[in-house]
Amino acid sequence: MSNRLINWFKFASPATFYPLAGKMIPLFWTLAAAFGAVGLWLSFFVAPTDATQGEGYRIIFIHVPTSWMSMFIYMVMAGWAAMGLSLNARLSSMMAQALAPTGALMAFLSLWTGAFWGKPMWGTWWVWDARLTSELILFFLYLGFMALQASIDDPRRADKAGAIVALVGVVNVPIIYFSVKWWNTLHQGASVSINKSPAMVTTMLWGMLLMALCLWMYSIAMALTRVRAIILERESHTDWVKQLNEVKA
Amino acid sequence: MNWNSPAEFFAMGGYGLYVWGSFGICALAFVAEPFLIGRRHKEIVRTLRRQVVAEKLEMENT
Repeated sequence: MSNRLINWFKFASPATFYPLAGKMIPLFWTLAAAFGAVGLWLSFFVAPTDATQGEGYRIIFIHVPTSWMSMFIYMVMAGWAAMGLSLNARLSSMMAQALAPTGALMAFLSLWTGAFWGKPMWGTWWVWDARLTSELILFFLYLGFMALQASIDDPRRADKAGAIVALVGVVNVPIIYFSVKWWNTLHQGASVSINKSPAMVTTMLWGMLLMALCLWMYSIAMALTRVRAIILERESHTDWVKQLNEVKA
Repeated sequence: MNWNSPAEFFAMGGYGLYVWGSFGICALAFVAEPFLIGRRHKEIVRTLRRQVVAEKLEMENT
C-alpha cells in the first residue's frame, strides 16, 4: 500500500485517538463560539419582528437547531453503535456512548423550548400531538440507551445491547421528521425543506442555520471531551493510560 | 435595529418570559454539560494517579 495514504485504522485505537481528540476539542469550541456569536446577533438584532407572532417567534432560533441536533445526533450515535457491533471496534462503541447524553440534552431542550413557544402561541405547554409525542419518545430512547448501557457491568456486552436498542430506535427519527406531514398536528410544518424555497426571510434562515452550526460544533466538542473520559475509564488497566503525563505527574 | 432601549430588548414585546426561558435554559445546559464532563475527567485521572502510586509502592515493598 502507498505510504501516502492515511492509515485510518490507526485512529481506531483509543491510544492514538485520545491525544488526537484532545487536540481537536479547542478547534470545535472556537467554531461553536464563532457561529454562535454571529447566529445570536442575527437572531436578536438583524432578523425582523414576525408579522403574526411578534418577538415570540425568536424562540425558533434555538428550538429548531436543538430539534435538528436531537435527531441528527441519534443517527450518528446509531451509526457508531452499528460500526461497533459489526466491526467489533471498541472506540466506535465508546463514541456512541459519548454522544448519547448530548443527544438526550438536545431532545430535552427541544421539548422545553417547544413548550415555552407553545404556551404563548397555542395556549398550552404540551399536547399529545404526533410531532411532540415522537420527540418525547426520542428523549426516552436516549435515556433507555444510557440506562441499559449503565446497567450491564461488562462494557463490551453493554455496547452490544446498547447498539441493538439504538438501531431499533432509528425508526423513530423519520417518524418525527415526517409526523407533520403524515398526521394532522398542531405543530407547524417543516421550517426548511430541500424542494421548496423557504417560507421565511433570508436573515431568519441564516440565523437558524448558524445557530444549528454552532450546536453542531458544540456537540462534536462535547462528544470528544466525553469520549476522552470514557477512554480513560475503560482503558484504565492498560499501560498506555498509566504512561500518560496527566496520570504520571 | 429592532430595539430602542435595553428594557425593550429584555421585554421581547411581551414574550420575555418565553424567549428568555428558552434561551436561558439552553445557556445553562451548555455551561453545565462541559463542567460535568470536566469533573468526570478529573475524577478518573485522580483514580488512575492513585493506582499508579499504589503500584509503585507495592513494587518498592516487595
